[in-house]
Amino acid sequence: MEKFVLPKDKLTAFINEISKKYKVFAPVENKDVISFKQIKKPSEINLGFSNSKVPPKELMFGQTETLFKFTPGTKGKIDPAEIPDKKTVIFGIRPCDAKSYAILDHVFKDEYEDPYYLTKRNNTVLVGLSCTQPAVNCFCTSLDDSPASAKHVDILLTDIGDNYFVEVNSDKGKQLTKTMKTLLKPATEGDGKKKKTVEKKAAETITRAQKTDGIVDKLDDIFENSFWKNIAMRCLGCGTCTYLCPTCHCFDIQDETTLTKGARIRVWDNCMHAEYTLQASGYNPRPERTNRVRNRVYHKYNYYPKNYDIIACVGCGRCIDNCPVDIDIIDVVTSAGEVKA
Amino acid sequence: MKDNPYQPWLATIDDIREEVGGVRPIKTFRLTFQDKNIQKNFTYLPGQCTMISLLGQGECFFAISSSPTKKDYIEVSVMKLGKVTTALHECEPGDVVGVRGPYGNNFDVDGWQGKNLVFIGGGIGQAPLRSLINYVVDNRKKYGKLDVIYGARSSKDLSYKQEFAELEKRKDVDVHLSIDVAEDGWKKFVDFVPNNLLKVKPSPKNSIAITCGPPIMIKFVIQNLEKLGFTDDQIFTTLEMRMKCGIGKCGRCNIGNLYVCKDGPVFSYQQLKNIQGER
Ligand SMILES: Cc1cc2nc3c(=O)[nH]c(=O)nc-3n(C[C@H](O)[C@H](O)[C@H](O)COP(=O)(O)OP(=O)(O)OC[C@H]3O[C@@H](n4cnc5c(N)ncnc54)[C@H](O)[C@@H]3O)c2cc1C
Ligand code: SF4
Ligand code: SF4
Ligand code: FES
Repeated sequence: MEKFVLPKDKLTAFINEISKKYKVFAPVENKDVISFKQIKKPSEINLGFSNSKVPPKELMFGQTETLFKFTPGTKGKIDPAEIPDKKTVIFGIRPCDAKSYAILDHVFKDEYEDPYYLTKRNNTVLVGLSCTQPAVNCFCTSLDDSPASAKHVDILLTDIGDNYFVEVNSDKGKQLTKTMKTLLKPATEGDGKKKKTVEKKAAETITRAQKTDGIVDKLDDIFENSFWKNIAMRCLGCGTCTYLCPTCHCFDIQDETTLTKGARIRVWDNCMHAEYTLQASGYNPRPERTNRVRNRVYHKYNYYPKNYDIIACVGCGRCIDNCPVDIDIIDVVTSAGEVKA
Repeated sequence: MKDNPYQPWLATIDDIREEVGGVRPIKTFRLTFQDKNIQKNFTYLPGQCTMISLLGQGECFFAISSSPTKKDYIEVSVMKLGKVTTALHECEPGDVVGVRGPYGNNFDVDGWQGKNLVFIGGGIGQAPLRSLINYVVDNRKKYGKLDVIYGARSSKDLSYKQEFAELEKRKDVDVHLSIDVAEDGWKKFVDFVPNNLLKVKPSPKNSIAITCGPPIMIKFVIQNLEKLGFTDDQIFTTLEMRMKCGIGKCGRCNIGNLYVCKDGPVFSYQQLKNIQGER
């Protein structure tokens, strides 16, 4: 890993330099909501946030995405897919959201490669920003991560006072910083120590913790337990928790048409809705909210680990912050671990 | 990167056969790919499925009901239920559909060589069994005794009538048809499929039983197979869940950690007993 420092007053120049070759997405504030948008100039960026309300998942896996266009009808014809492949930088992504891509990679690479996700993923460089002030419901530290982890980004910036500490973690990262040697100075041992201190302090501010030891086996044992019914009783089935989750990847495929033109699109879907599994015959294997609440938790803490050896939750806390009835994945999983089977 | 798995190939409907009429009609569609190379490279085994689309209406997942020994076309048998299947039933020969696949796992036709096979089907569940039966019959020497048990509500509701008539003529295949309620002129078995199975009484020795059909039928067929002495690893069936992508990405068709579209649809009863999840 290459290590540099970037003086804070050079950040604008750093981003301008990136913009020469890449389309840049960064956190932008709009009516008090922070989300990742394409920027034209560095001044649009807002770095004073703990995390964006909406995760940057959409930049790899769009909320609605055209798969291909066609001429509708039974004499139809299909136009080849157009998949955007512009070199892109996501600037200011948090370590947890960067990890969510690493988690989604498993699904989108598995057996059949998903060209829409992977083309964007391969053409995107992640320039992450360490968290110095994690939010109240952050719990990445319970999931084998840290608020200043460079593991899943190409470059990580950490605020160490007058400078950003810059860790270059991949070939993509090296490629991006190659032309920036006038902006970046080699880091000293002292700078490295400062980063460690910042990381430690940030991790200590995280007060919430989830117990995930042995959770896969435990969930295997309590599938039929009334525990799930009790949790589901509160759930409204609104689906907020899935739409805002950076690792949820369910989608629907629909045809949209006018008389002469058509497009097959995919849109985010949501396993908390009953229609999700409703079959044409009228039969529904997950008719009750209990089935669906349980499926969401199991997908992340049992099925995903079984299939890909990783828990599909990054501890971002968004589902907790935004659930209208305060269903809390930290408590749910921790107390699931304590249920008597 | 490999081919775009979401983009179907175009195929022409060459032939449509009405299998069953009434309120839940079934039609079999014979499809040939417009591109000859795709036709040649679209290789599959019995049990595998395909995603068929009508441009502008959407996509549906179907078992391939033809046998891979027929290389010039593929067939799907479609029951009219909702949006896309209704639109398919309105199609005519010459119309164009999209096809992707083949998807999912298959019946273990290699592993079952030398064994006696018992096929127990009902309703639209006969579609994957038809592929398997025709494959096995086309490779007749490789398999032991063959029992085909198939039933429907009434004689009008039996699919593939012509093919069954041909099969019944063969000396090396035993066909046991049934209908649920007695009818004038019906001389074969009358009662539900699981009871026909008890009457046929196939021996479990060196045998494999494959059953596809309505969940309630499968439930009693499996109970009766166990009564006859079949063990869990001698019983195979297919599962159904709502689908969209067919390739293990959209998340929809999971039963526990398995995706029916890619890890199924064929499962042994032994596997089913160990899968925890709604289906
Ligand atoms: C492994 C497998 C094999 C199948 N084989 C056959 C077959 O050989 N013949 C046959 O007639 N039917 C088969 N089906 C069922 C068939 O896929 C559905 O009846 C069909 O998708 C209904 O579509 P629709 O648009 O008419 O219904 P709608 O109710 O309008 O459904 C809307 C959409 O939801 C999805 N969907 C709804 N129900 C199902 C379902 N039960 N399974 C999968 N996707 C669904 C489809 O994408 C469908 O277009 C099979 C299903 C599975 C899972
Ligand atoms: S489950 Fe909740 S905390 Fe975990 S990644 Fe999804 S939104 Fe974040
Ligand atoms: S956000 Fe809360 S209420 Fe809404 S579906 Fe999720 S758990 Fe249920
Ligand atoms: S149909 Fe999409 S995961 Fe199976």
